[in-house]
Amino acid sequence: MGLLSDPSRRKVLTGLLTRLNTPICGMPVEWLVKAMQSRGLEVFTQSFSRKLPFPDENKERYMVRGTNVYGILRAPRAPRTEALVISAPCSPGDSNNQAVGLLLALAQYFRNQVYWAKDIIFLVNEHDLMGTQAWLEAYHHTNITGMEYSPLQGRAGSIQAALSLELSSDVITSLDLILEGLNGQLPNLDLANLFYAFCQKLGVLCTIQGKLQRNDWDTAEGYTHAAQTMMLMVLKQACGRSWGDHGLFLRYHIEAASVRGINSFRHYKTDAATIGRLLEGMVRKLNNLLERLHQSYFFYLLPSLSRFVSIGCYMLAFGLLVVILLLRGVTEAQQVSLPSGPGVLTVLTPVVISHLTGVALYLLPVHLQEMAVEHFPVSETEAVVLTAVAIYTAGLALPHNTQRLLSGEGTEQGWKVLKLTALLYLAVLLGCTALINFSLGFILAVTLVPITASMTPHMPKALSALVMVLLSPAFTVLYCVFIYQELIEAPVSVSEGWMLFLSVISQGILDHALYGSLVYPLLALFIYPCWLMFWNILFWS
Amino acid sequence: MDYYNLLTTCAFIHLLVSIPYAYSNYVENKAGQFFSSGHTNNWAVLVCTSRFWFNYRHVANTLSVYRSVKRLGIPDSHIVLMLADDMACNYRNPKPATVFSHKNMELNVYGDDVEVDYRGYEVTVENFLRVLTGRLPPSTPRSKRLLSDDRSNILIYLTGHGGNGFLKFQDSEEISNMELADAFEQMWQKRRYNELLFIIDTCQGASMYERFYSPNLMALASSQVGEDSLSHQPDLAIGVHLMDKYTFYLLEFLEEVHPASQANMNDLFKVCPQSQCVSTPGHRTDLFQRNPGSVLITDFFGSVRKVEITKDTINLTSSLKPLIQRSGSGDMQIESLTYVDQLPVAEIIHQLTPDQFLVCSRRWTEQSVRVSPSVYVQPCEKPPYVDSSPSHAPLCCGG
Repeated sequence: MGLLSDPSRRKVLTGLLTRLNTPICGMPVEWLVKAMQSRGLEVFTQSFSRKLPFPDENKERYMVRGTNVYGILRAPRAPRTEALVISAPCSPGDSNNQAVGLLLALAQYFRNQVYWAKDIIFLVNEHDLMGTQAWLEAYHHTNITGMEYSPLQGRAGSIQAALSLELSSDVITSLDLILEGLNGQLPNLDLANLFYAFCQKLGVLCTIQGKLQRNDWDTAEGYTHAAQTMMLMVLKQACGRSWGDHGLFLRYHIEAASVRGINSFRHYKTDAATIGRLLEGMVRKLNNLLERLHQSYFFYLLPSLSRFVSIGCYMLAFGLLVVILLLRGVTEAQQVSLPSGPGVLTVLTPVVISHLTGVALYLLPVHLQEMAVEHFPVSETEAVVLTAVAIYTAGLALPHNTQRLLSGEGTEQGWKVLKLTALLYLAVLLGCTALINFSLGFILAVTLVPITASMTPHMPKALSALVMVLLSPAFTVLYCVFIYQELIEAPVSVSEGWMLFLSVISQGILDHALYGSLVYPLLALFIYPCWLMFWNILFWS
Repeated sequence: MDYYNLLTTCAFIHLLVSIPYAYSNYVENKAGQFFSSGHTNNWAVLVCTSRFWFNYRHVANTLSVYRSVKRLGIPDSHIVLMLADDMACNYRNPKPATVFSHKNMELNVYGDDVEVDYRGYEVTVENFLRVLTGRLPPSTPRSKRLLSDDRSNILIYLTGHGGNGFLKFQDSEEISNMELADAFEQMWQKRRYNELLFIIDTCQGASMYERFYSPNLMALASSQVGEDSLSHQPDLAIGVHLMDKYTFYLLEFLEEVHPASQANMNDLFKVCPQSQCVSTPGHRTDLFQRNPGSVLITDFFGSVRKVEITKDTINLTSSLKPLIQRSGSGDMQIESLTYVDQLPVAEIIHQLTPDQFLVCSRRWTEQSVRVSPSVYVQPCEKPPYVDSSPSHAPLCCGG
């Protein structure tokens, strides 16, 4: 009863896909418009442009221009109040050459059915996330990120769910489900369960984080495998970028997931017809929904596709870490006697100077890139990243300079008050971060809480300075890079790891400027100054 | 020998005499049986309380009982059908204008001539109770009223989502078993039924008839308190479950019943045992005065017309003659009537020609009394209600 139950349709689909085997992207806009129109969709295009803060090596210099093409399949009998989106990003080269063909075949099949209660929008976007961001902003009449776009001429109702397809080869052995979105936001768990149920029903191998399911939960290997999968999800969520085009839909409360086809040269292969049936089943199930998906969890961690860890379990672990800081703060507060203690001013100075350093770390790399390029033989991206690293390292020298500025320092009470302030500040910061992006908050808590809770000026300076630096936010990011590479079974050497680390910093700055990712400003403006305050305490004399 | 002859002759004469007597006895018995149930007309109130596409099976349940009831003779004018949602024309229905009860689309219970009286958001607890008790605003059309009297047997069928002591209407309100019991008591006191059969197919359905206290009520439910009623089979093309188990087997049982069949209530109680239904159907007969074994299925599901014999003659024209005579004398005095009729115009309608249904309120007698009934004057208002046209199945569902 589904797609391609008769052989003639199967032949048509295979023909279409073979014809499209050559890389088509570089966005053949006219061809796409004609192809969609011939299938009975209402086709519209949208052009957009964006000035990058610094030119990434993948994109053109500073200015990125593109066109999105989308076709709307109107539901034959329903009022046009709700819509579903199926999107296929069009990237140059081979990276997504099959998805558009599958999209067109689905459009042709869907046009002949009468049971659609929602309009279906087939979106082919250029430049991946940027195109999706431009389209979504135009659709919802917002402008969060400062992109320039032409307004949309055609619109369907409010979008209930979205699917993004990435198929790079015509032979698929498994499908990978990608859930992590911008700022660690996740779609409703029902969407993941739906996809997994369909994969099982059609006999398609389904993976998450690129790893297969195992059935031996009791054994040590099974447990390690599940822990590795969950760790990967934590790392991906913590970095705050959208790992598929679907991630930008989540901000508008549209449940979305990305499906990536993987060819791992197994013996058992799935053909395009089965993938089509799977997608058709998913879209039909989403069509039958009467409300947005909201019954299942929005906050979860997946050690495998059939198990999940809910927020009720993992937030407790985080809470215990933050409680350490609060208890320590209470202890410090008892030891401080306020009337006879030093004034607020002595505490205020380190705080203000730390935050000014943080602001410098946030603003200067992007603003000073031209100056850096003039004086040093580096590209813009490298200039930005190296400026950031330089400012970060310069902050380490601060305590000594601060001491010279102020006189009358060195009282026992001074550092206790500063420590109390810093502990409470860190606790509030970590709590707020965990509410928005649990993984980020947890990783920061794990590295920062032990050393900061036990920080005093009386510890051996050299050793504790070293430990402090090794547990600073920048090194946390470096460790995460190495652990991530280990977990995806592509370990890197130190130099490669360093290059990856620099590219992660540039990606973070770019994500913040383009899509509103909060990781870079959080680390630069809040976490780093907080760490600097503890660094100040260490060198209190 | 004479004595022997006399005896034989007497016996023979006695036999001859007793045959017609036995025959008339037989006729009387038969006649007695014919009138034993005491009802003269049948009504049915069939309610589906849930909306949304995934509750397709509740609409299919109600429509399959509707189909059986119509097939066995109850006309649309005596059926009040309440469906909370339109499944046949739902956008998600891959076969528009149909509602199937058996998978592989074997049986379309929507058919060609379904008349839905209360549809969509009109199916509320208030409307249901008003239909039962007859307290409807005067503008309500006939098709939306339960015009039963004290000789009516009523079948009430409810289906939807329920719990312990309540039935959910439209995802927003509930009717409790106490409200239902009180509504039936109102019906009894207003002499609105002779006997009432109550069937409910929901989860924990038996809780709904626990509180009944009016006489002549018999109740059946698909599951006991604490049990769930289960759905029967999904259809993979349509994508939803088509029927509930209890009503599915009830439909199969009713398909065997024809207007002349002698199946009785004990057979109905045996429908869908636990081996088939998974839940345990229950029934309640303590308020019912007759023995369930002597109650025919067609007493409630069919419309076997019975006649009431009266021994007095009733002069039908006499009530109007005085009015016309008074018109001649110019006297405007009108006799005041002693009771308010359920339908104030019922006795006037048959005086008018069929194509002029100017139905007037009681005031017409004051204004048009000088005019002969064949001329219709302006003071007659437009009918206070319009007979709503039956909603036939839209065969194309608008697209």
